[in-house]
Amino acid sequence: MKKSHLFVMAIIAVAAAIILSTTADASVYVGFGEARQRAAEGNTTKVHVVGKLPRDGQKRPIGLEYDPMKDASYFSFTLIDTLQVAQRVVYLEPKPQDFDASEQVVITGQMKGDVFLADKILLKCPSKYVKKDLDGATAAN
Amino acid sequence: MNLLIGNIGHLSVIVAFAAALVAAYSYFQATRGRALGDDDTNWLRIARGAFFVHGAAVLTIIGCLFNIIQAHRYEYYYAWSHSSNHLPVEYMISCFWEGQEGSFLLWIFWHVVLGFFIIRFNRKWEAPVMAIFSGVQLFLVSMILGIVLGDVKIGSSPFILLRDFMTDLPVFKMNPDFVPKDGTGLNALLQNYWMVIHPPTLFLGFALTLVPFAFAIAGLWKRELTAWVKPALPWTLIGGGVLGVGVVMGAYWAYETLNFGGYWNWDPVENAVYIPWLVLVASLHGMVLWQKRRTGLRTSFALVVATFVLILYATFLTRSGVLGNASVHSFTDLGLSGQLFIYMAVFSVLAIALLVYRWKEIPISEKELTLYNPELWVFVGATVLCLGAFQVLFTTSIPVYNSFMGLLGVKTNVALPADQIAHYSKAQLWMGVGVALLSGIAQIMWWQRNDKTTLVNSLTAPTLLTLLGTALVVLLVRYNGLTISPAYVVLTLAGLFGVLANFGTIFTLLRRGVRLSGGAVAHLGIALMLLGVLASAGYSNIISRNVSGLLYSREFDESLNRDNVLLWRNETTTMQNYDLTYTGQFFDVPGVPGYVDKQFLFRTDDDYKALARSPIVAGGKTYYKTGDTVAIMPENTYYRINYKDRKTGDQFALYPRAQVNDEMGEGGLLASPAIKKFWGHDIYSHVSSVLDPRKDKQWSEEKDHVLAVGDTIFLNDYFAVFRAIEPAHETAGLNLQKGDLALQADMIVHGEKRQYHVHPVFVVRNRLVGRVPDEVDDLGVRLSLTNIDPTAGKFTFAVSTTQKDYVILKAMEKPFINLLWSGTLLMAFGFGLSVWQRGRKSSVADATEAASAAAPAHAGRPQPVS
Repeated sequence: MKKSHLFVMAIIAVAAAIILSTTADASVYVGFGEARQRAAEGNTTKVHVVGKLPRDGQKRPIGLEYDPMKDASYFSFTLIDTLQVAQRVVYLEPKPQDFDASEQVVITGQMKGDVFLADKILLKCPSKYVKKDLDGATAAN
Repeated sequence: MNLLIGNIGHLSVIVAFAAALVAAYSYFQATRGRALGDDDTNWLRIARGAFFVHGAAVLTIIGCLFNIIQAHRYEYYYAWSHSSNHLPVEYMISCFWEGQEGSFLLWIFWHVVLGFFIIRFNRKWEAPVMAIFSGVQLFLVSMILGIVLGDVKIGSSPFILLRDFMTDLPVFKMNPDFVPKDGTGLNALLQNYWMVIHPPTLFLGFALTLVPFAFAIAGLWKRELTAWVKPALPWTLIGGGVLGVGVVMGAYWAYETLNFGGYWNWDPVENAVYIPWLVLVASLHGMVLWQKRRTGLRTSFALVVATFVLILYATFLTRSGVLGNASVHSFTDLGLSGQLFIYMAVFSVLAIALLVYRWKEIPISEKELTLYNPELWVFVGATVLCLGAFQVLFTTSIPVYNSFMGLLGVKTNVALPADQIAHYSKAQLWMGVGVALLSGIAQIMWWQRNDKTTLVNSLTAPTLLTLLGTALVVLLVRYNGLTISPAYVVLTLAGLFGVLANFGTIFTLLRRGVRLSGGAVAHLGIALMLLGVLASAGYSNIISRNVSGLLYSREFDESLNRDNVLLWRNETTTMQNYDLTYTGQFFDVPGVPGYVDKQFLFRTDDDYKALARSPIVAGGKTYYKTGDTVAIMPENTYYRINYKDRKTGDQFALYPRAQVNDEMGEGGLLASPAIKKFWGHDIYSHVSSVLDPRKDKQWSEEKDHVLAVGDTIFLNDYFAVFRAIEPAHETAGLNLQKGDLALQADMIVHGEKRQYHVHPVFVVRNRLVGRVPDEVDDLGVRLSLTNIDPTAGKFTFAVSTTQKDYVILKAMEKPFINLLWSGTLLMAFGFGLSVWQRGRKSSVADATEAASAAAPAHAGRPQPVS
């Protein structure tokens, strides 16, 4: 066998290892139901959950708990996933400043007992992508 | 309403498009069926003219768009959505490329500039290379064409009017000529000097990858399978340097502006530039191998084509919206995905097909490489870079797999790894090890004849020193109470070896001419960067970690990290080696160095103006007198944090920033860090949460106190003396007129740090009583003088208190981060040296070209690596 063949095989082996490790590390988008099921089975891989915040009549989110005076790094809230399953989520960081206005919330983490422990929160805010409102547009001039 | 400028702009876009089409076709005709350099002069003349027209049209487009932004022409959507009246002039430039259309324009502009260089300096290759250039321009200009053909929208014009963009808005039904008075402003995060210089650098890097690609394709097309490398190589070199610097500039911007606590977040948008850069650098090594040692030509072809295809893929990834949730800062989706896909597909398929078609004809070196050939190690190094790029590419593309399966009708739910940093680091770390070791070995071997003796001789010193140095580092790390994992030990070893071996090479080359050392200098820079990344990312130390043991939540048994602390205003908190005190909110006042305490400023109805309550002094110079109007930048609040080193007693202040950003939704506040640089480490702090500076404070119910002059009371736990009652003077914003009676109380409040004079004012104007309360932000106290009983000499004060001000802070220490930045500068300098060396050589090279091409790889004296 020529040396160059050996070299090519080594490259293929490394590339295959990269693909395998990516497959192993890749997370999934799931609902809370499946997240609970995974935790019950002892599967500790972190998952992504997409959801919305429950809101009252004035569109204010309900059930946010953040008291920086007691613990600056403790924020908990309820998230309703796309299958309408509600779940209490705890995030051990300060509450993100634009949290209240977010239209959609993506969290990553895993179930710990009764709560979902999130280690990352990604917010999608309504006006971030295309600006649709025009301030003061009612004034005809 | 100025429709003319937009029409000129849009017309220029169409002209630029048509001219690119004519240029591409004419250049193609000029060289079709002819040998390289033997062009059809008539076609060539037309083509050149068309490309000049194209260039002029592009400049006109840029001029028009810039005028629209600079003159605040908000009838245009681009100006309205990216700029505003209060934007400082320098950031108008950033507005230009905040939007997709502007950034396409920037890219188009660089292609025009490079095209002119090629027309001027590469006459022989002009026709085929410029045919490809013009073809690329055709596609890029189509992205900003803004034409609707039937149901198909081609491109998104930057000259679209607001009323045509938002047709549903009722105001345009009432008044089609409505022009908003102000724009919505530039994203606050982009108001940073790096955003003025980083995008042009990056897009110049992007544009530079087209040059070697066009030469390679021209070589394949004209069957000049070897000659293309020489003219293309300097461009690849410049591209590698520029793109590398561009990537690090982006990282530095993120470090300074974003608050994820570092310079690299493995965001798909960052990766999209990192991947082609790695492959570009690999292709550079392939081309150098061919140019100097006549081996690796197929590799060069494959990698040059791969680099450009990856640039196209990066464009598709960041601009088509396919990333969706996966990225926090990809571009707005303009609905161009189809067009972007066609652009990517056309060039990828044509290039790869042509390469496959000619593959067998590409000469290969007969010589089998042995372990004593530096070529082998350079080749292995290039492979390592490609494998590193492959890992990032494969993972970053995960959202693409979902979209692709979605197109096939299969629903998949794969997400990016939850811990991206761990995922990428575990492969990139080993790539770094490979790069550092191989660059050291290959640099040493490149410049000498290699056999067992010479190799042992030249490798002994750096190896021993490396082992010694690594042992020292491990001991020092342990001594400081930290742990070091085996992988980190290996990276330290490799990094140190890379530094020492390259340093040795530079030293040997000094005798033979500094210019030859470009490659070694660049590699030395890379090795330093690796060490800097290892130290600053691997040993980033969170100073603000809560170690009090007092935890609010009871949900978790294990102790989880709490990385933020709450700092009350003017109360000192001890964290690790520092005493931290939050001492107030500050504004940036243009023209005044440093920051100005909000307590010195009286806000007015105009957000951008305030009145000075006391003289504003900085560095002994008085900038504003009491009562002067001060222009402020109200979006940014700076929170002053005093750091005091407990061991040395040294003090410094940091001003982390929170920025009001309505673009992120209501209540959006963006935190940016403040960084204190020391030679050996950075202290990096950002606020994680603050009391919203825009919301009105919640005051407690007022409590009345009746006092006589000289009485004392307690206000919100602070001791206060009512000293005097005096005529009000110079009171901010009161507009006193003749006949008004205005009195103010002088109350001295003793705070923790200093005393505060509080002056609530009592005004009688036309028998109406007015009261102006006064506040002490530091103490959260508000006083108003509500009633005066002149006969009894009694004064009634209403006192209310508010939530005491606080910030929640995250503070980190980043050891040896300066190695990363100085390594980058060295790398750039090395690239520069190499370009200089090439430039000098190419002026005399034509005479010697034939000789060097014929010479066998090992003839005579070894030649420069790059």
